[in-house]
Amino acid sequence: MRTASIKLNASQGVLLAGAFLVACGIAQAQAQAGQPSIFETIWKWTPLLARGFVFNLAISFVAMAVGTVTGLFLGYAQISLLRPVAKGAKFVTHFFRNAPWLVLLFYCMFLLPFQVTVFGVTIPIPDWTKATLGLALPVMANVSEIVRGAIQSIPTTQWEAAASLAFNRRQTMWMIIFPQCVKRMLPPWMNLYAILTMSTVLASIVGVNEMMTLTQRALSAENRPGLLLAFYSYVLLWFFAYCYPIARWTVRLEARYAVNQ
Amino acid sequence: MTEAPHPPRGRSAPPPRVRGEGGSEGGRPIVELRDVHQAFGTFEVLKGVTFSVPKGGVVCVIGPSGSGKSTLLRCINGLVPIRSGSIRVADFEVEKLVTDRDKIALRKEVSMVFQQYNLFPHKTALDNIMMAPLHVLKEPRDEVRGRALALLAKVGLAAKRDAYPGELSGGQQQRVAIARSLAMRPEVMLFDEVTAALDPETVKEVLNTIRQLAREGMTCILVTHEMRFARELADEVLFTDGGTIVESGPPAMLFDRPQKERTRAFLSQIL
Repeated sequence: MRTASIKLNASQGVLLAGAFLVACGIAQAQAQAGQPSIFETIWKWTPLLARGFVFNLAISFVAMAVGTVTGLFLGYAQISLLRPVAKGAKFVTHFFRNAPWLVLLFYCMFLLPFQVTVFGVTIPIPDWTKATLGLALPVMANVSEIVRGAIQSIPTTQWEAAASLAFNRRQTMWMIIFPQCVKRMLPPWMNLYAILTMSTVLASIVGVNEMMTLTQRALSAENRPGLLLAFYSYVLLWFFAYCYPIARWTVRLEARYAVNQ
Repeated sequence: MTEAPHPPRGRSAPPPRVRGEGGSEGGRPIVELRDVHQAFGTFEVLKGVTFSVPKGGVVCVIGPSGSGKSTLLRCINGLVPIRSGSIRVADFEVEKLVTDRDKIALRKEVSMVFQQYNLFPHKTALDNIMMAPLHVLKEPRDEVRGRALALLAKVGLAAKRDAYPGELSGGQQQRVAIARSLAMRPEVMLFDEVTAALDPETVKEVLNTIRQLAREGMTCILVTHEMRFARELADEVLFTDGGTIVESGPPAMLFDRPQKERTRAFLSQIL
């Protein structure tokens, strides 16, 4: 896997919580008389930030779903026996895998129209849809590589055994090879999801109302520079709380499947 | 097998065909290779191999590693294309099979068992056996299940039907692999060093299974290093080296009175 495995551990969580508290302390110390306490301020903004976070998750779900489905096909195309198909799929995969995510995001924002007209019906394309699509592209490319890698990691003797039992290529793929791949693909796929979730904040740059954008709005509304560190630490904590269990689960699965295969 | 049992092996009269449409072919060998050449790139693996196997015959192929034994088997079921020559199996002219569909038709008649078993690790022993008849031959599930259970009992693994390959010993896996091949009711069985990866104790259980098959009249081509087994079971032994058949004959002759110096040298090393 080129996408390096993210290794989150509990001590990082403790560190993060510590940093958050220290930041709160600093902010509190800088607070002027009459201003509400730092925790009160954060608490006040939490419902809004939480809504933003839910939006981040929604973007991550949709981008992951779209990227996975298209990536499965693209990965399968990469090992096609038809050379042009395989070459084309390989090109698309490598193009989107080696492009910076932010650049892809900008491309989608500015290249896609804000609405399309199909059979006289005008369908608007909101910004968040474009951002989701922009994030789905690198996911697709990475899933494609996960699929190709998993299929090619199955020993060729499995293909041989299937062939000598008169299975055709399609049956071999769907009944014998792919089911064995699922286990191998799950850990890198979950890892990719965690990376994607953390990347959804990139959407703030193109103006989607997700957690990061809302945090910036909250900060400018409060207009207290001391809050900066506390608020961003708070956002980090939210993401950590979400991604940490996924990372732990991935590690557990990796270990379990390493034993079994 | 649940189909009509083969009569006991007769030395002279080949057992009658119990199924298939080519029953009238009389004394025609079921497998026939003529001057088969095969090469990987510029490396010639087979340099003109000719032999035939009568219906119900057992042929053992022996020889040093790298002499093209495994490739030979893979040519017979069309896993590896040949450069020139001809291979006929039943009514199939193997070198002329180009499309997948044609090759699949051939492989329904010729089944292969591998050195590394190659069971499907995500399926139980029973499912491993049932898969191909179910999805390739499209036979009814109940019938396939009955046959698979009978085959498992035949290889002595009735109790292991729900075990996954990873939970079975090497010998047990190999016996499931043999049952899996038999479930396709092939005309010819190819065995590629099926005991080479096993410890001496489990070799016996696998050989017993093959012995039983051969006695029931299954046509078998075995690549093997088990000389005692070859001597006991084979109608004909082929000694290969450097991509050619150096010498062939009934086991008593080849093992006891080898004609060629190369054969003598090989046998003196291993016997």
